[in-house]
Amino acid sequence: MFLLKGMWLCRLFIIMSIFKDKKTRNDILLAAAVLVAAGGIWLFSALNRTAGTYASVIVNGIETARYPLNTDAEILLESENGGYNVLVIKDGKADVTEASCPDKICVNQHAIGKTGETITCLPNKTVIEIVGGEQEVDIIS
Amino acid sequence: MKVKKVAVLGLCVALAMIMSYIESLFPLNLAVPGIKMGLANIVIIFLLYRVGFSSACIVSLIRVFLVSMLFGNVMMMAYSIAGAVLSLAVMFVLKKCGKFSVVGVSIAGGVAHNAGQIIMAVILLGAKQIAYYLPVLAVTGTVTGVLIGIAASVVIKRVKHI
Repeated sequence: MFLLKGMWLCRLFIIMSIFKDKKTRNDILLAAAVLVAAGGIWLFSALNRTAGTYASVIVNGIETARYPLNTDAEILLESENGGYNVLVIKDGKADVTEASCPDKICVNQHAIGKTGETITCLPNKTVIEIVGGEQEVDIIS
Repeated sequence: MKVKKVAVLGLCVALAMIMSYIESLFPLNLAVPGIKMGLANIVIIFLLYRVGFSSACIVSLIRVFLVSMLFGNVMMMAYSIAGAVLSLAVMFVLKKCGKFSVVGVSIAGGVAHNAGQIIMAVILLGAKQIAYYLPVLAVTGTVTGVLIGIAASVVIKRVKHI
């Protein structure tokens, strides 16, 4: 019993000694502050998410196309630099399954279906974002 | 003296470039773009502590320029420069205020680097949605910042005179 108490006391001293060094303590506080802020922003954006209705394709900051999530489709998105991304819409989710870019980050990203979620392809300057709003008939296509 | 400094900085540029190259061999293809180990930051932090702020800036910017030219493209250079500049500024301020150890400076530098890249991406792509990546990048930036900070503090401790 006493041995156990001693162990805890020992551990407490180790933790205290870390906090005694002011710089190390500040480091830990800094890391904690960054993590708390990141968690807060993440939680805030996650709580504001609902199932989206459209996949919006944004190239170079301008929305070029919109595809309803309730219709399965496979779309070839060609960018001005000669690259391409294949956007697949299935089961109410949008996913990039193929791309010309070297890093394939957009392909590795998971399928998205909630408002505000994005898949980004930096080399092709393409962002796919899920947007909400009323489902309406797409006149353009 | 001047010649020696040029030689040292050239050496550091080469070292930082090698670090960047090693990093590009093991891409961390996780869910979010922009996650990197930041090995080159070991060199930059070392310079910041042992030589000076201006030297760290020179080496960092030359490294970004050369690495983008060799392994990347103009877009990559824009992101990297934004990250490098913000990272240098934040690390300089935190080192100057003297309240943080090397690890703390490194954490701030790593997170600032990611933040700079995201700000540049938002400006270039005009899509503020990219800011959603910030929380994930802040967490990975903190983790890599701790590791790079520990490595850098060992180097700073061992190499006293340059």
